[in-house]
Amino acid sequence: MLSYLILVLLLLILAGFALGHRKALAVGATSDVRMHSLAGYHGWYVAALVGIPSFVLVLLWLLFQGPVVDWLLIGSLPKEGVDGLDKGQLDLLISQIKSVAAGNIFGDPDAVVLEAADRYNRWNTIADWALFVLAVAVALAGIALAQQRISARFRARNTVELVMSGLMIACSLIAILTTFGIVASLLYESLRFFDKVSVAEFLTGLNWEPQIPIREGQVTAGGAFGAIPVFAGTLLIALIAMVVATPIGLFAAVYLTEYASSKFRSVIKPLLEILAGIPTVVYGFFAVLTVAPAIRNIGQAMGFEIAPNSAFAAGAVMGIMLIPFISSLSDDAIASVPQSMRDGSYALGATKGETITKVLLPSALPGIMGGVLLAASRAIGETMIVVMAAGIIASLTFNPFEPVTTVTVQIMTLLTGDTEFDNPKTLAAFALGLVLFLSTLVLNIIALRIVQKYREQYE
Amino acid sequence: MNDQSKAFTMEMDKSGSVASDTVMNPHKVTSRKVSVFYGLKQALFDIDLDIPDRAVMALIGPSGCGKSTFLRCLNRMNDTIPDCRVTGEIKVDGRDVHDPDLDVVELRGRVGMVFQKPNPFPKSIFENIAYGPRIHGLARSKSDLEEIVISSLEKAGLLSEVKDRIHEPGTGLSGGQQQRLCIARAIAVNPELILMDEPCSALDPIATAKVEELIDELKKNYCIVIVTHSMQQAARVSQRTAFFHLGILVEEGSTADIFTNPTDKRTQDYITGRFG
Repeated sequence: MLSYLILVLLLLILAGFALGHRKALAVGATSDVRMHSLAGYHGWYVAALVGIPSFVLVLLWLLFQGPVVDWLLIGSLPKEGVDGLDKGQLDLLISQIKSVAAGNIFGDPDAVVLEAADRYNRWNTIADWALFVLAVAVALAGIALAQQRISARFRARNTVELVMSGLMIACSLIAILTTFGIVASLLYESLRFFDKVSVAEFLTGLNWEPQIPIREGQVTAGGAFGAIPVFAGTLLIALIAMVVATPIGLFAAVYLTEYASSKFRSVIKPLLEILAGIPTVVYGFFAVLTVAPAIRNIGQAMGFEIAPNSAFAAGAVMGIMLIPFISSLSDDAIASVPQSMRDGSYALGATKGETITKVLLPSALPGIMGGVLLAASRAIGETMIVVMAAGIIASLTFNPFEPVTTVTVQIMTLLTGDTEFDNPKTLAAFALGLVLFLSTLVLNIIALRIVQKYREQYE
Repeated sequence: MNDQSKAFTMEMDKSGSVASDTVMNPHKVTSRKVSVFYGLKQALFDIDLDIPDRAVMALIGPSGCGKSTFLRCLNRMNDTIPDCRVTGEIKVDGRDVHDPDLDVVELRGRVGMVFQKPNPFPKSIFENIAYGPRIHGLARSKSDLEEIVISSLEKAGLLSEVKDRIHEPGTGLSGGQQQRLCIARAIAVNPELILMDEPCSALDPIATAKVEELIDELKKNYCIVIVTHSMQQAARVSQRTAFFHLGILVEEGSTADIFTNPTDKRTQDYITGRFG
């Protein structure tokens, strides 16, 4: 039904464009004054007036159809059946009715349920048809209204421009609103978690054992939600990754921009950027199957014990993954320093090295810092490599050769498998997610500030 | 010795410098059969040009005639351009600049350069000037460095304008001040020869007048080679003028002669504004 409606609306938009275009040509041919806008703009104007209101109507309708029908459904149930049910039981009843309505009948449903399912289907059909008729009517009204306004003096060109800028604003709002939605859901679930576990315990506790008995008599630990070891593990791995990625990426960028011949550069730069295109899961098994055993063997040969899932293996491989981020952004930053800066420095008798360290790198610093901080927030948020190569047990250690766990690994293990959404174990994932979000947000804000500060000083 | 060199020798005497040096070795730069190629394209053809010390030599000519290219040969800035090849002999102070034993970094310390567009580094005024002395190790202490910075600003006539904001960014100055900052930066490494590649083309007339005044002042102690598109500027600031056309040095002589009595028809056409 909906797909037919959208098809019809698209056809109407096309028709609107064609009609507007033709009408404008006809008006232009008979009018004494020159047309203000080209016929194409009139066509776009009609198309916009057909498409935008009808699509907005469809979106709003779809948003409200479900809740309205549910509300009608509850109202229509016999009083004696509904009274005394709490919210959970009522939800259960409604979803039973819906699944019967969809044709998935298990067991022997009540006559009341069968009847309600029937009603539910009927109402939905009515709603769908009402939407169809209404949307097409709105579209046709749009054609009629827009057609009427076409005249030699009508400024369709400016109006279309206005509509386009409105559309662009709407698109950017969608991204922002989605972010707000994510934050709101994180906050909501985190607040539920902090009802059960205090903020102080979560942020300062040194013990992380999220296993909680789900069933009676299950043997697990009692559950402890001190997230310090998890944060420490995240920072340790991210730090190792940055220590690997920053110098390598930066030196590679300096070499490529200042020393390499253009031929070499044109081969090496794309090759380096291929690194960014490798799926992280591939890095993950590279870490766990190749790097970790190698590190372990080296450790054994030198006589010390290294865990098979050490922080070092995960961090080092993550660092390799981040090299292209840093090198590519630093490369752009260094290359965009004007040639006149290089000339000025060389003309004063500076060597290449002096020019790079004293003029190019300081000038390019905002861009380089941007790249480094972007890489850092990727390192903190990276999941797949650490899930495969780092540990799950949260131990508070700064020894890179021991297993540690990270925030992302914990979120993943907490949310997969048997989950119950009012259990602190599950809710803990949202609190961790919130902290992760806030810390990358802070990193990004710092990055922006640094960039702005140097901009002010240097330009 | 022609009139012009007599004139500047006399000027030397007035300024109290050692005149005998100038008389003995009046040419700071000598070039013989200098040709420059960009890839396969030849930009300069067998240039023979001698440049006197403690005077201003102007290089004029239409765009693309090779005057900037010649200028950039003198401190080997053409090295930084890929595919650029220089042949022939250029001697600064009697020393061949293409001598493999010669350190190009040291050469550029002796031959300063000022560019068409002011290009201060994105650093403070102080740091801009301190840059050269630092990398060449000219200052033994912090106070030495401060002294060099202050005296360079003084010589560039910029000190009174910026002395309160010497630690503020050089890029915050006006265009004319930026250009004088670049001249101060070049002076700070104590060069003997200063190359100026259209130093006033991005400046307004008032800033231009200040830079020209400065050039006039600087010629007492330095050898200056200036590329310019403004014939009036060449006439105002230079003692000798060389006219380039299509990669060839057409004519060279005292500025007064070139502008009043050119021997070549092309020179005459150019300075009377018939082309270029």
